[in-house]
Amino acid sequence: MIKIEHSAGRSPTRLLAHSLLLCLLMAWGSCLSQTAAAALGEPQTEALSKAEPQALLEALDTGNFRAKGDAAQAIADSDAEQKTRWLQALLDGRLGKERRGERFYIITDDSGREWPIIDAITFEDAGSGTRRTVDVFRINNDLRTRIRGLLASLSLSAGDEASRLSAAKRLIGEISAENAASVRKMRDDEKSPSVRDQLDIGLALFEVQQGDAKALDTLRGNLDTRVRNTLAPIAAGDSALAAEAQAVLGGIESKRAWYDRAQTLFFGLSAGSILVLAAIGLAITFGVMGVINMAHGELIMIGAYTTWMIQQALPGQPGLALALAIPGGFLVAGAFGVAIERTVIRFLKGRPLETLLATFGLSLILQQLVRSVFSPLNRRVTSPDWLQGAWQINEALSLTLNRLAVLLFCLVVFAGLWALMRHTRLGLEVRAVTQNRAMARAMGVRATRVDMLTFGLGAGVAGLAGVALSQLTNVGPNLGQGYIVDSFLVVVFGGVGNLWGTLVAGMSLGVINQVLQPWVGAVLAKIIVLVGVILFIQKRPQGIFPPKGRTS
Amino acid sequence: MTTISLRKLIAGSSIALGLAGFGSTALAQDAAQDEGPIRVGILHSLSGTMAISESTLKDEMLMLIDKQNAAGGLLGRQLEPVVMDPASDWSLYAEQARDMLTGDDHVDVIFGNWTSASRKAVLPVVEELDGLLFYPVQYEGEESSENIFYTGAAPNQQAIPAVDYLMSQGVERWALLGTDYVYPRTTNKILEAYLKANGVADDDIMINYTPFGFSDWQSIVSQVKDFGSQGKKTAVVSTINGDANVPFYNELANQGISAGDIPVVAFSVGEQELTGIDTAPLVGHMAAWNYFMSVDSDANYDFIDDWVAYTGNDEAVTNDPMEAHYIGFNMWVQAVEKAGTTDVDAVKDSIIGVTVPNLSGGASTMMPNHHITKPVMIGEIQDDGQFSVVWRTPTTVAGDAWSDYLPDSRNLISDWRAPLRCGKLDVESMTCEDGPGAE
Repeated sequence: MIKIEHSAGRSPTRLLAHSLLLCLLMAWGSCLSQTAAAALGEPQTEALSKAEPQALLEALDTGNFRAKGDAAQAIADSDAEQKTRWLQALLDGRLGKERRGERFYIITDDSGREWPIIDAITFEDAGSGTRRTVDVFRINNDLRTRIRGLLASLSLSAGDEASRLSAAKRLIGEISAENAASVRKMRDDEKSPSVRDQLDIGLALFEVQQGDAKALDTLRGNLDTRVRNTLAPIAAGDSALAAEAQAVLGGIESKRAWYDRAQTLFFGLSAGSILVLAAIGLAITFGVMGVINMAHGELIMIGAYTTWMIQQALPGQPGLALALAIPGGFLVAGAFGVAIERTVIRFLKGRPLETLLATFGLSLILQQLVRSVFSPLNRRVTSPDWLQGAWQINEALSLTLNRLAVLLFCLVVFAGLWALMRHTRLGLEVRAVTQNRAMARAMGVRATRVDMLTFGLGAGVAGLAGVALSQLTNVGPNLGQGYIVDSFLVVVFGGVGNLWGTLVAGMSLGVINQVLQPWVGAVLAKIIVLVGVILFIQKRPQGIFPPKGRTS
Repeated sequence: MTTISLRKLIAGSSIALGLAGFGSTALAQDAAQDEGPIRVGILHSLSGTMAISESTLKDEMLMLIDKQNAAGGLLGRQLEPVVMDPASDWSLYAEQARDMLTGDDHVDVIFGNWTSASRKAVLPVVEELDGLLFYPVQYEGEESSENIFYTGAAPNQQAIPAVDYLMSQGVERWALLGTDYVYPRTTNKILEAYLKANGVADDDIMINYTPFGFSDWQSIVSQVKDFGSQGKKTAVVSTINGDANVPFYNELANQGISAGDIPVVAFSVGEQELTGIDTAPLVGHMAAWNYFMSVDSDANYDFIDDWVAYTGNDEAVTNDPMEAHYIGFNMWVQAVEKAGTTDVDAVKDSIIGVTVPNLSGGASTMMPNHHITKPVMIGEIQDDGQFSVVWRTPTTVAGDAWSDYLPDSRNLISDWRAPLRCGKLDVESMTCEDGPGAE
C-alpha cells in the first residue's frame, strides 16, 4: 500500500500530481479515493460517492478552478455510469449548464453557432443550444492536466505498457522517501524492460540525492533534462559525491553539446533547403535567359495557393491534397510563367532594367489580384498528420517532421532538375542556349521555344517551392515577398546559372544563419550573412562555381 | 421623325439632369456646414502586410455607421464614411490623414491605424490640423496626445496583469519574445523592470527579437525549450506581431511544447489570428486582452449577431480591437450629442467622463488622459479557435499613459482637462513638458 501524507515543503498540488502518477502506474482502483482524500485533506465521505448525478454535476458549477477540480475528482470517484463521458466532455469544453435553469447538457458538435445538445444525465436529445442558452464549464491548464490524469486512470483497468511507460517517465525526479519503497517493489514486479529502465533512472536519481555514489553509474550519459537539473546542485555542493557527480554531469553536458551541434546542423540544412527550393527556379530563368524576374516570389505564392485550393476541394484529406498539389502547383505556376514570358518578357529581351521594372510591376499586380480574388487574409493550409510532430531520436535530439520532409523534397527536386538538364533533349538545348545563343540557333535550336519552356520550368519549380512553403509558413498574398531577396542572394552567391552552385550556396547560407542566430539574434544574423555575401562577391564576382567557358 | 424626337428627348433630358445635378450640388455646398452629412474618416490599410488585421476594422466601422444612420443618424444628420487605404505604408498614413482633415472631405473624426509606427506618423498631422483620432489597438504607452484617444490597452491594462497571473501560477523563468519594433521593445522594457522589481533574477529572463513576418522559428523555439528545461516553471511572454505567429505556434506544436510544459501568453494574438492555425495542439496557451469573442454577455451576443449578419459569414470572428472601435465610436457619438456639435475642441472636452457599455457586460469610461477603463482578461486557447476566459480583473482598470515601472516616466501623468491641459506632467516638480498647459 502507498502511504500518502502531507509533508512539509511539498505543495498539495505536487503531492496530488505525483500520487496520481503512482495511481496511473499501478492502476489500483482504491488508490484513487486515497488521492482524493489527500487532495481534500479530509476523509472521503460516503455521501459523496453515492451522490445523485445532478449533485455531482452541480458541484462543477463554480468559478473556482480548484473547487471544480475537486468536483471532477468526486465524479471520477463516484459510481455514476456516465462519469467517463462527463469528464471527456468537460475536457473538450462541451459540458454545460442551462443558463437559466437546472439542466445539464453535453454539446455533441460545437462547430458553428448553434449546437446540437443532449441531456447530460439521460443522454436524450435536447434539441439545440447556443451560447445564449448554454453556459459551458470552463477549465484551465492545471485542471486540464488533472482531468487527463483522471480519465487515464479510469481507462487504465488493464494498464497497457505505453501508459505505464509514460507514467514511469513522469516519475523521474518525483520519487521521494515516501514512495521510494513502493516504486522499488513496482520495479521488481515490472516485466517490460523499457519501463524498468525508466524506473531505474528515477530510483538512481533518488539514491544519488540520498548520497549513494554507486547509483551515479546508472545516470552516466543520461540526456534527460531532469537528471541534469537534479545533478547540478549536487555537483555544485560540497558533499562527498560532488566530484563524482561533477564528472557525470560533465559527461552529460558534453554529450548534449554534440547533439546540440547535430540539431543546429539540421536546422541549418532545413533553412537552407527552403532557400534552395525558392532560388533554384530563379537559377534557371536568371541563369539561362538572364531575366531578372522580380515576380518569382509571386510564382511561389501561386504554388502555395494551389495547395490551398486543392485542399479546399478535398476536405478531410490533407495528405492526398498535398500529394496532388505537387504536380498541381508545378503546372499552375508553370502556366503562369509561360503566360508571363509570352506576354511581357518576350518583348523586353536584352533590356534588363525594363524587365526588372516590368516584372516588379507584375509582382504587385499578382499580389493585389490574390487579395481581391481570395482575400487579404491568410489562408489556412492544414498539414497531414504524418507531417506534424517530431522524430524523437533521443532526449536531446529531435527532428521536426515537416522540415525533414521539406529537406528531402528539396533534394528530390534538385535531383530531378539536374537529371532533366543532363539527360533530356530540353536540357541539352537549354545548356546550348546558355553557352552561346547565336551558335545554338545556327545549329537549329529554336531559341524562343527554349526560352518559353525554360521560363515555364523555372516558374513551375517556384510553384513546387510554394507547395513546400505552405507546410511551413503562412499562405497569404505576401508570401513571395519574403523570399525574393534571399533567392537572388543565393543565385548570385552560388554562381549564375549553376544548379550545384545554388545547392551549395543555399545550404551554406542556411547553416551559417542558424549557427549565428542563437548568438546574435535573427535580425543581426541576417545582416551578417548579407554583408558576408557582398564581401565574397567582391572577391569572386562569379560566385562559388563560376560558369565555364570564355564568358569573361 | 422618331429618330429626331428621340434625339431631342435625350438632349432635353440630359440638360434637365445636368441642371438638376448642378442645383443639388450647389444646395449641398450651401448646407455643408451644418446640414450635410457628418464625415467619419476610416484610415485602415486594405492592402499590404497589415491588411490581414486592419481590413476587418474598416468593415466594422462601416457596420457601426450603418447602424447609427438606421437609428436616425447623429444630431439629425447622417454619417458618411470616408474610407482611405494607406496600403501598410507608414508615411501614406500621414499623407492620407492630412487629406482627410484638409481636402474636400474634411472629416470630423478619424478611426484608424494599427501599428505604433503608423500612429507615430499620424500624430503630428492630427495635432497640427486639430483632428480627432481614435486608435483601437493595444500599444506600448509612453505617449499622450491631445488629439488622440487610445481605446486599446496600455501596458498596465494587458501586459502587467498577465504577468501577475502567470506569477500566481508559479512561473519563475520568463522568455520575452517579440517582433523587432517599438511596441514589443517598450513593452518588454517595462516587463523586465517589473519582473526585476518582483525579484526575478537576470538569468531567469530571456529576451529575443525577430523581424516582421519571420517564419524560421526552429532554433529560437529550441532555445526556449532549453531555457525552459532548467527545472524552474517557465512561461513565454509573446509580443510577436502579425502573421509571424502562425509559424511560431506551429513550431511550438511540432517540437512538442505544450501549454502544460511552457505556456505562452500572447499580447497580439486574437481570434482573428487564430483563424489561420489548427488550434488543437495549442490548447491552453494564453492571450491577454480586454475582450474575447467568448465573453458571456448579451451585449456581446448582439454584437456578434450583427457582425455575422453584416459580413454574411457564419464563421466571422470578433476581436479586441473591434471592441475598442465599438467603444470608441459610441463614446464619440455620445460626446457629440453632449456637445451638440462635431467641433473638435468641444468634443475633446465633452468626451472626458463619457461612459458607454462595453461588450463584456460592464461599462468603459474615457479618462482625462485620453485612455479608457477596461477589464483585463486572460483566455486560454480552445480547439475551436476561441478563447476561454480563465481569469479576469474584478473591476475595470484605467489605462496609464506613462508607465509606473520605467524610471523615466515614473512621475509623469497626463490630464487633458481644462486647467491642466497637459500630456506629460511631472507630478514631483509640477512642470508640464508637453501640451498647451506647458505655456
